[in-house]
Amino acid sequence: MKSHPSRTLSTVLTWVALLPMTVTVLVAYLGAVLWSLRVSLTNSRTFPSDEFVGLAQYERLFANDRWLLSLENLALYGVLFIAICVILGFLLAVFIDQKVRGEGLLRTIYLYPYAMSFVATGLVWQWLLNPANGIQQAVRQMGFQSFTFDWIIDQDMVMYTVVIATVWQSSGLVMALMLAGLRGIDEEIWKAARIDGIPTWRVYVSVIVPMLGPSFATVFVLLSTGVIKLFDAVAAMTQGGPGTASEVPAKFIMDHLFGRANIALASAGSMVLLVTVIGLLAPLLYVRARNRRVQEQA
Amino acid sequence: MNRKKRIGPARWGIYAFLIVSALFFMMPLYIMLVTSFKPMEEIRLGNIFAWPVSFTVEPWVTAWTSACTGVACEGIRGGFWNSVWIVVPSTILPILLGALNGYALSFWKSRAADILFSILMVGAFVPAQVMMFPLVRILATLGLFSSLPGIVAIHTIFSMPVMTLLFRNYYQSIPQELFNAARIDGGGFVRIFLQLMLPLSTPIIIVAAIMQVTGVWNDYVLGLVFAGRDNLPMTVQLNNVINTTTGTRLYNVNMAATIFTSLVPLTIYFVSGRWFVRGIAAGAVKG
Repeated sequence: MKSHPSRTLSTVLTWVALLPMTVTVLVAYLGAVLWSLRVSLTNSRTFPSDEFVGLAQYERLFANDRWLLSLENLALYGVLFIAICVILGFLLAVFIDQKVRGEGLLRTIYLYPYAMSFVATGLVWQWLLNPANGIQQAVRQMGFQSFTFDWIIDQDMVMYTVVIATVWQSSGLVMALMLAGLRGIDEEIWKAARIDGIPTWRVYVSVIVPMLGPSFATVFVLLSTGVIKLFDAVAAMTQGGPGTASEVPAKFIMDHLFGRANIALASAGSMVLLVTVIGLLAPLLYVRARNRRVQEQA
Repeated sequence: MNRKKRIGPARWGIYAFLIVSALFFMMPLYIMLVTSFKPMEEIRLGNIFAWPVSFTVEPWVTAWTSACTGVACEGIRGGFWNSVWIVVPSTILPILLGALNGYALSFWKSRAADILFSILMVGAFVPAQVMMFPLVRILATLGLFSSLPGIVAIHTIFSMPVMTLLFRNYYQSIPQELFNAARIDGGGFVRIFLQLMLPLSTPIIIVAAIMQVTGVWNDYVLGLVFAGRDNLPMTVQLNNVINTTTGTRLYNVNMAATIFTSLVPLTIYFVSGRWFVRGIAAGAVKG
């Protein structure tokens, strides 16, 4: 078939229009990832070098106490942050969905922190949790002299304060997405359950939660990418301290890229993060793609 | 609706939970506000929850005009304007490119473009740290590192997956017949985009603009690395005011500065209401 001249022109224009995306994908995404991979295999310090050292940087990385601590912190943080956000957000959505009064106001209150930056979030909570002037002091002034809430300066507890602050910021998001999911559920299910005399909580546990699977998956994807990125909140709230007690991988990488001029070690760290993200999300995205294909065939 | 419902214990439980949660979510905003209107002596001696006794706007003036961000003591107004200058192009350009990408992907289908799109979607999950060093080098080579065009380019790159997805999904809900009819009428790539698709896109442009303004305004790490000393956004300057100042900490000024920095996204949130939620849902990578 001979192509029409205007069709050819449009094809050319399509590619002109897609040029920024093409460059972004090939250079900024693919190119940058491969470049970081390459740097992580060299002995680069401030500047990239061509001397390959195999996996030596990765060995060094996993012998580095600060890195291991940051991974441990991230795992602890990630599990707690996701679990609390999902539970709190889901409960808020379910309770709001019980035809309560002031629904609009409540929704606005639960979600506004999500409009705030992690920097502002970290700074507010730093102030609230500051033992000298914050909540601890306020409770002591009310007469409870021995009351202690100084987690932010306690090496063993500081990660929990980061959990509190970021849960405050993000759980409204879970509430909003879950509420949308709940509102999408067919009323008929509730009628049927009522006729059969099944208690409400039972319907939620056995019917509604499984039906909200896709919503839970979306929330999980959003929250877990947030976990891996965790940097701003820590930088603002604790600067990784006290000592290195709230160190996280993203901060470790930033420090080694810009402060300590060890780009090879930083790149090795960033590749570990990337592999973690892929490991977490690949199964989920695969299942979704397969479900969609099944749907399309049906 | 029947309003004769008895208020049973379950109902009380629901309200108790909702109200206690509301207090938890409101508390930091309340503390920020009252702290920012108190003089320092009152903060040192008083209770963090207490209402200001001698009400003052001094901290707000100081935060805006003379708080120290590291070396300079000119308040965070400079950061405010830097953020404005970063946000405006970093909203317009990504939306324009997102619309163009979404349009090309939806109506001018080609296998190669679909493959690029798939890679872009995976790219959405790559942590910024992985791309950080190469992007610094690339921008430095182009002479754009630590400049306004540089930080705008960075925001455009990092927001491209979401923006493209947003417009692609939106355009795919537009009937193909509409496009076919425009083709038969002799419309080409550019004309159909400008005269048919863009005018249809107002709702999704609003959603995208809300997401982009909020996201770019709240960004910290990209601004810190790529903007350069003369363009540091408000979030970075806010953190400098609070965490790098030596000497006595002026908590009232700090809280006023924090509110100033959050004012733009909070205003957008309170004004846009449901649109904001729509953005969250649409941006929640439905891939």
